Amino acid sequence: MLPTGTLVVALVLGSALLVAALCVVARAVMGPTILDRVVALDVLVVVLVASFGLYAVLTDTTTALPVLVVLSLVGFVGSVSVARFAAKESR
Amino acid sequence: MTAAAALAAVGGAAAEERVVGPVGAVLDVLALVCVGAGVALALVAALGMLRLPDVLTRLHAGAKPQTLGVVLVAIGVALDVRTATAVGISTLVVVIQLVTAPVAAHMVGRAAYRTGKVRRDLLLVDELSRLEGHDEPEGGLPDGCVRVPGGAAAVDDGRTDDDRPADGSTSPVR
Repeated sequence: MLPTGTLVVALVLGSALLVAALCVVARAVMGPTILDRVVALDVLVVVLVASFGLYAVLTDTTTALPVLVVLSLVGFVGSVSVARFAAKESR
Repeated sequence: MTAAAALAAVGGAAAEERVVGPVGAVLDVLALVCVGAGVALALVAALGMLRLPDVLTRLHAGAKPQTLGVVLVAIGVALDVRTATAVGISTLVVVIQLVTAPVAAHMVGRAAYRTGKVRRDLLLVDELSRLEGHDEPEGGLPDGCVRVPGGAAAVDDGRTDDDRPADGSTSPVR
């Protein structure tokens, strides 16, 4: 069990991340263009990285850290390939 | 000794030297402050996603936490966990993000411009259209956009036609 102060910080930062994720998912659902969705999902990746970082800080463990590397790489490849696809689609 | 064993030995040694006591407590608080700042940046970017009107402005809001926010979170993790493994992985994440995030944002912005998904009534200056020699992106104006009299590309930039090269080329650099 976490100490009380740490628990309060965890709750505050965790709920901020939850609100952020909900906003981003709302934009990804609303669109209106595919590029809006790509930008929103990029920010969702940032929210996920922040969540795993918060988890690592609160628990003092390194088990979540490789996930950060994978998320960074996958987010880049995804947005670049969708951007290329959108550019080709219009011609 | 294999490379993996050497890495594990280094990590183990660093773990044993992990700073505790007053200095460790200060580092823990600094780590939480860094992660909190990163979370705040992510929240602001998410609000920008909802509130801002078109792709380019949302890209502008979203690109900031992709670099600064992730850097802050990685610094926080490195300050808190304080092992060689954690510091190395955090550095790797920061380097990857600093290299890839601007490239991805640039490609998304270019695709948005070329496919006509830019709200041209919100633009003050459009230097790309002069550069590429046409007033509208190839896909035409997006739905709901009206043509502004004079056009966004005709914004007065302080130069007259006499200032421009005679061959019709215009430099986007001022």
